[in-house]
Amino acid sequence: MSRKPFQSLTLFLLLAPAILWLGLLIVLPHLEILVLSVSERVAPRVYTFGFGNYLEFFTEPLYWRTFARTAIMSILVTAITLVLAFPIALYIARVAQGRLKAMLLLLCLLPFWVSELVRTLGWMILLRETGVISYMLRAVGLAQQPVELLYNDGAVILGLVYGGLLFMIVPLANALESLEPSVVEAGFDLGGSRWTVLRRIVIPHAMPGIVAGSIIVFMLTVGNFATPVLLGGKNGLWFTEQIYAQFITRFNWPQGAAFGMLLLMLSSAIVWAGLRLTGQSLGSTLKQA
Amino acid sequence: MNRPSLSWKLYIAAFYIFLFAPLLVVAIFAFDASPFPSPPWRGFTLEWFVGSGETFGKPGVLVDPIWIDTILNSFKVAIPVALLAVVIGTVNAWVLERAEFPGKTFLSMMMLWPLVIPGVVLGISILAFFSRVANGLEDWLQTDLDVLRPGLPLVVLGQLSFILTISTLIIAARLRKFDRSLEEAAFDLGASRVRVLRTVTLPFLSPALIGAGLVALLMSFENFNTTLMLVGSEAPLPITMYGQMREGASPAINAVSLLLMLGVGGIASVFALTSKSER
Repeated sequence: MSRKPFQSLTLFLLLAPAILWLGLLIVLPHLEILVLSVSERVAPRVYTFGFGNYLEFFTEPLYWRTFARTAIMSILVTAITLVLAFPIALYIARVAQGRLKAMLLLLCLLPFWVSELVRTLGWMILLRETGVISYMLRAVGLAQQPVELLYNDGAVILGLVYGGLLFMIVPLANALESLEPSVVEAGFDLGGSRWTVLRRIVIPHAMPGIVAGSIIVFMLTVGNFATPVLLGGKNGLWFTEQIYAQFITRFNWPQGAAFGMLLLMLSSAIVWAGLRLTGQSLGSTLKQA
Repeated sequence: MNRPSLSWKLYIAAFYIFLFAPLLVVAIFAFDASPFPSPPWRGFTLEWFVGSGETFGKPGVLVDPIWIDTILNSFKVAIPVALLAVVIGTVNAWVLERAEFPGKTFLSMMMLWPLVIPGVVLGISILAFFSRVANGLEDWLQTDLDVLRPGLPLVVLGQLSFILTISTLIIAARLRKFDRSLEEAAFDLGASRVRVLRTVTLPFLSPALIGAGLVALLMSFENFNTTLMLVGSEAPLPITMYGQMREGASPAINAVSLLLMLGVGGIASVFALTSKSER
């Protein structure tokens, strides 16, 4: 069998790019920040092992408060996105037919092909003190003074919800697509109200889509940088900004690496908890999306 | 549920207005004859695209070296990213769909992993790791290794780390649909391995290859989080836009955004056409 060594050589060559990619760009870099995060600087270019960077996180209120704020606001953003997206997904999947359906879905996709920065710029022009909404409010007489709608938590939440909508609508619509109309009709025939049918039949059926969408929106929100910084200004206070500040502005890499590990843990923990609570697996969830 | 109520329809309409309002104002104020993109409307101008800078103190974006350089930088990153994403993605797809070896399930799980890592964390981890490698190699070789320092080559690597997952998934999905008997027929007719690949398999895959390339191009052009951590002195478009947006508003940023929207719209429609012919 002279083919055997030839085949294993071919397999090795085919596997090489994947191993180089995952090894050099994912696994080793993450080991590097793990090691960095548990090293403390004792003198210039001299480091020892220790948990000082994590201790610093828990003792400096700005750090852990920003972290908690990022987590809580991200959960809030995910919930709002779900509530706003559900009627749209239901309409696209169950009501709209043929060309209207295709067009509604395409119109949803379009804004998300455009850069996040362009979308944020649009919100800045709308919400600014001298912006479009403030101008319109004055024009119809609802406000006498220019109204500043930018640089507050509401603006940050608005921008993040806007950025997450598509990633919620698509998995939801996919999940709702497979719902049998006869099952819904049976629910009505048995005397169920609109609300009962929605709660007992439609929502349970959409659960895989709800989980997939929520996980994706949460991950994107927690890891976002530009939207909270630009729409929140000084009040943005997002955890990714702290990582950037430690790495790029202060050049304190071990501290930044510890923050990076914490962000990674937060995002993984919420994804894991979401999957556990609803009994889904990561593979099937990503397939939904 | 088949008869939507009026309030539901109104909600749908309001939703689509909400969706397009920000993009619309960006596009409209790119033509505003004012140094600041805000109402009231001060007249139509193309100054922000092709102006010489005499009227507003800033030249139009199509003649301003700042914007031209930054767009060129974006291409310097996006083109290698797209090419590598297609080539390596094809090899990966082949491994996932055709090869059998121990640990394959583990490898396919690992390939999905980059999608659940926040972009900022990908950026800092690659920055830190390659700095260590550069430090080690420079001490050993006694030369400068600027390639591994923040700059466009590092941005290419950083973007590839997660774009490869996407391109692999797109190409693998197409390869899964391939009818192996077509290849066998070609072998039976006496074709060599290379010839079968060139005349049977690759033509079948080509819509997915083009699609994966375009998606990679778009994702590279628009990536902000990972890129921000890895840029040096030469900044791609999103980084320059971010810097200018923090400095203050100017319709020049709107003009660049509108060009970006048109470019992205063009690429997206090519992608939509190729994926339609796939079915």
